[in-house]
Amino acid sequence: MRNDKEDALSRLLRNLHPARSAATQHSSRRAVLRNIGIAGLSLAVSPAFAEELVKLPFASGPRERPLTHDFPQKGDMILQRVRPPLLETPMEVFDRGVFTPNDQFYVRWHWAEIPNSVDVDAFRLAVRGHVDRTLSLSVSDIVRDLPRVELAAVNQCSGNSRGFFAPRVPGAQWAHGAMGNAKWVGVRLKDVLDRAGVKAGAVQVRFKGLDEPVVPEAPTFRKSLAIDHARDGEVMIAYAMNGEQLPLLNGFPLRLIVPGWYSTYWVKMLSDIEVLDKPDDNYWMAVAYTIPDTPHASITPGQSGVKMVPINRMVPRSFFTNITDGASYTAGTRVPARGIAFGGDSGVAKVEFSSDGGKSWQPARLGDDLGKYGFRQWQTDFELADKGDHALMVRCTNSSGEVQPDAPNWNGSGFMRNVIETVQVRAF
Amino acid sequence: MLKRLAAIACFGSALLSSTPAWVQDLPTIKSTTVELPAGDALFPGGSSANAINNNCLACHSPDMVLNQPPLPKATWEAEVNKMINAYKAPIDKADVPAIVSYLVQTKGKD
Ligand code: HEC
Repeated sequence: MRNDKEDALSRLLRNLHPARSAATQHSSRRAVLRNIGIAGLSLAVSPAFAEELVKLPFASGPRERPLTHDFPQKGDMILQRVRPPLLETPMEVFDRGVFTPNDQFYVRWHWAEIPNSVDVDAFRLAVRGHVDRTLSLSVSDIVRDLPRVELAAVNQCSGNSRGFFAPRVPGAQWAHGAMGNAKWVGVRLKDVLDRAGVKAGAVQVRFKGLDEPVVPEAPTFRKSLAIDHARDGEVMIAYAMNGEQLPLLNGFPLRLIVPGWYSTYWVKMLSDIEVLDKPDDNYWMAVAYTIPDTPHASITPGQSGVKMVPINRMVPRSFFTNITDGASYTAGTRVPARGIAFGGDSGVAKVEFSSDGGKSWQPARLGDDLGKYGFRQWQTDFELADKGDHALMVRCTNSSGEVQPDAPNWNGSGFMRNVIETVQVRAF
Repeated sequence: MLKRLAAIACFGSALLSSTPAWVQDLPTIKSTTVELPAGDALFPGGSSANAINNNCLACHSPDMVLNQPPLPKATWEAEVNKMINAYKAPIDKADVPAIVSYLVQTKGKD
């Protein structure tokens, strides 16, 4: 069942990455390519290993996704894409604790050439470019020789909640689970850069991981931060997450941590740090992951000629974790409500709850403050006096005074949603 | 020996970790090998899916496309062009109309 086209493509793809570092091993793409060109087999979206379906509450279909536990080092995850993996955290995981367990922490890759094996002894992190000394650091150099720091921080995809955009936009159709909170342990990026000695005139620092595009001319995934941001003492290189080494799919062995900024900058399997003396104009900075330079990165659908800038800091959000759309209660009884909130690039100042569609708000009690970049749990209780439909809402104000907006933002990439979330419930 | 002392000095001054038993705290990082699901499913639809199966599976499994909402034809055309121009998809130009028509038929919207 082979044809000429497939052979040509197989050859092309086989020859793409002839030289691989000894530290890593990539699984063969041939298994995948063998099937290209074999049309006519009727295969459903859900692969055979899917066991259960989850329904995401989007305005239009497809809403169903398989719940999978077929990914390494991962428990039950919502399967958004098999290759390269896009795995979403089910909302109820956020109800169980303020930290998101590693085995249910969401997963997001762009290119399918992901090493499936990393030899820690052979792995090296390069630090190069506009520096006095090029470095080649082993994991143990980093773990043993540099001051160790620890930070709780939320990692959230730029496109978290994209599936709720109206009108809908192309991209990974996430519900709210493309986020997670972990305790990261590692070293300051600043300390690593100081070892290399940043030369005068440096403007940005560019980061690359071990993942590679499937096609050689395609743009390798690389992200950059301004030099002052990279040296602010908060940006970290993590080697542990919630007390364990990182799951491979979350960036083992090293991952960049950019507190308060969207996950696109948190480069996984970090292997290359390049100090630049001119601004990075690579595709993933200049074209992809750019937002309208407008309040809430919002434009009207179809609006053009807007100035675009790289996505950057996160904005406040809050969620219910124990109540979902369609829940019903007995009128006149007390009902607990709880969830999580985060401030974006600053702490949570307050979380407020409304059981009358936003007409009146009451403050929620906040859980322990584990650091301004992490999740903060909140809880309250309420009573629905009247039978019928009710809209429950929750909103977060961060310590810079920024509050979640009443109206959803819109942009063509589905980035930065942070509208006040509403769940519709009924009292009987 | 010197290196070990340096490490102790460093950890002593570390920002947030003040655990006295820091030595035991040092995580051991172990080499890791995993197996990832192949993601080798095809687009459904028999021969109407030939063009999309031949051109759109090198970089991602079909669920990337099948999980998209219904989108207007112009958006689907723009997506196919984005794959070609931005992501350098090796796509047979002659197959583009058949790919767009599959997308519009299965995932179209006025
Ligand atoms: C050369 C590699 C490559 C090929 C071949 C390819 N794509 Fe993609 N595609 C990508 C990348 C990279 C992304 C972005 C992935 C991500 O964000 O995780 C993407 C994303 C998408 C998306 C999500 C929306 C978006 O713009 O991010 C759709 C839909 C899509 N591709 C459709 C197609 C179709 C249809 C074809 C065949 C015409 C195709 N792709 C072929 C690389 C490719």
